[in-house]
Amino acid sequence: MSRAVFRPGFSPHRVAALCTRYLYLLRSSWPRLLELVYWPAVQMITWGFLQLYVGQTANSAALAAGTFIGAVLLWDILFRGQLGFSVSFLEEMWARNLGNLLMSPLKPAEFVAALMVMSIVRLAIGIVPVTVLAIAFFGFNLWSLGLALAAFFVNLILTSWSVGLVVSGLVLRHGLGAETLAWTIMFIMLPLTCVYYPVAVLPGWLQAVAWALPPTYVFEGMRAILIEHSFRPELMAQALVLNLAYFVAAAATFLWLMRKAREAGSLLQTGE
Amino acid sequence: MPSVPAISLRELRKTYRSGVAVDGISFEVQPGSVVGLLGGNGAGKTTSIAMIMGLVLPTSGEVRVFGADMTRERHRVLHRMNFESPYVDMPHRLTVRQNLTVFGRLYGVRGLRDRIAELAGELALAELLDRPAGQLSAGQKTRVALAKALINEPDLLLLDEPTASLDPDTADWIRTRLEHYRAERGASLLLASHNMGEVERLCDRVIMLKAGRIVDEGAPAALLARYGRDNLEEVFLDVARGRGRGAELAT
Repeated sequence: MSRAVFRPGFSPHRVAALCTRYLYLLRSSWPRLLELVYWPAVQMITWGFLQLYVGQTANSAALAAGTFIGAVLLWDILFRGQLGFSVSFLEEMWARNLGNLLMSPLKPAEFVAALMVMSIVRLAIGIVPVTVLAIAFFGFNLWSLGLALAAFFVNLILTSWSVGLVVSGLVLRHGLGAETLAWTIMFIMLPLTCVYYPVAVLPGWLQAVAWALPPTYVFEGMRAILIEHSFRPELMAQALVLNLAYFVAAAATFLWLMRKAREAGSLLQTGE
Repeated sequence: MPSVPAISLRELRKTYRSGVAVDGISFEVQPGSVVGLLGGNGAGKTTSIAMIMGLVLPTSGEVRVFGADMTRERHRVLHRMNFESPYVDMPHRLTVRQNLTVFGRLYGVRGLRDRIAELAGELALAELLDRPAGQLSAGQKTRVALAKALINEPDLLLLDEPTASLDPDTADWIRTRLEHYRAERGASLLLASHNMGEVERLCDRVIMLKAGRIVDEGAPAALLARYGRDNLEEVFLDVARGRGRGAELAT
């Protein structure tokens, strides 16, 4: 008889096993660890100095409140959250390991759960040191946002997972030819979710598009807190409802693309 | 009471845009037996194995493993199966021990440390355990892949070209380990191979595929007698070049 234990439902053991695989990988490669911190730090420092310069010349209250640095740090949660999800998935494609995983008792939901956990782990490695740098260089303390930061984080990470799920599904179905999407797809959010400016700046028709995207609510909420010192829970609630709908749709899309990949026989041919 | 077959295929068919890969094949693998899939490139061996694993969905027909429909309920039996294939690899940056630990935990292996030590002894991996998988030679990688395939002591082992690109000595060593595993555990093996000597040595029964169809099958000795040949390689050539019974069936 087989020595394996049959765990029929969703198994946290299998999720933990896959997370261990990614942690081994991170531990074995210092360039991978450095990459997690490098770009967020460079971006924060660039925008921080730009804010200092513009703040001195324009004397704007918004700039003095640190909206640029806050925006760039929250943007990194969104962008790096999705990258953390997608890159962990891509690691399996690069390693030609997907067949081993999908032939094991690991279920798609457990695979996705492990990618979500790793997106938070990678994000923490990259963002926490950068928030400390923001305090040291510019006196901007993201952590002082308190509960509001928790609400921002939940909404941004949910969006990043939804995008990560769709991208991973596309790579699963179409191979590494679709890899570029993992690195670029999130940038469409940059102008549309009004990371650095209020929604009111956009033309009317584009404002409707912006309000259909959950991160817009987060960046508006951040400006409300930093400039007007008021937390707007209704914005967070609206973002959460949108996020839950998008996450369900993204999970369904991932499963559909996985089924298409099984139909097309592309799971064993994970190259370009 | 008859036992449930380890594998049961019924009129299994797979069509891609480029054509028919598997064309209505049916066969069973009984518990404890070793069956070889023989055929040239594009005969449908890998696609058949991938459908048995549930990685490729059939266009029509049915695949059952230990009675479970692999299209709908593969998670009921995946812990009792494992496989080795040249189409997949082990993560290169992880050490052999880390790889075996991850897969052992995914399969829910009891006594994992002991199992890894046991496999390291059986497959001569002790000195390789703390080396990254990417730094191993082809023969060493095959041994590690076999260790991964045996980590859960599967009741069914699927092997796609298990000794491809190995030197004769290493290949012979691997075949001996497979013989031992089958003898000790009573496991079923399905083996796709181009190596006729390997198939002749390991298999109780051989299924010959051509253009996605079964063109002949039987025990190695029975096939040799039927074709009047001295070895399976000559039988294979007869089938591939359109001579004998296999050719008649294929046309």
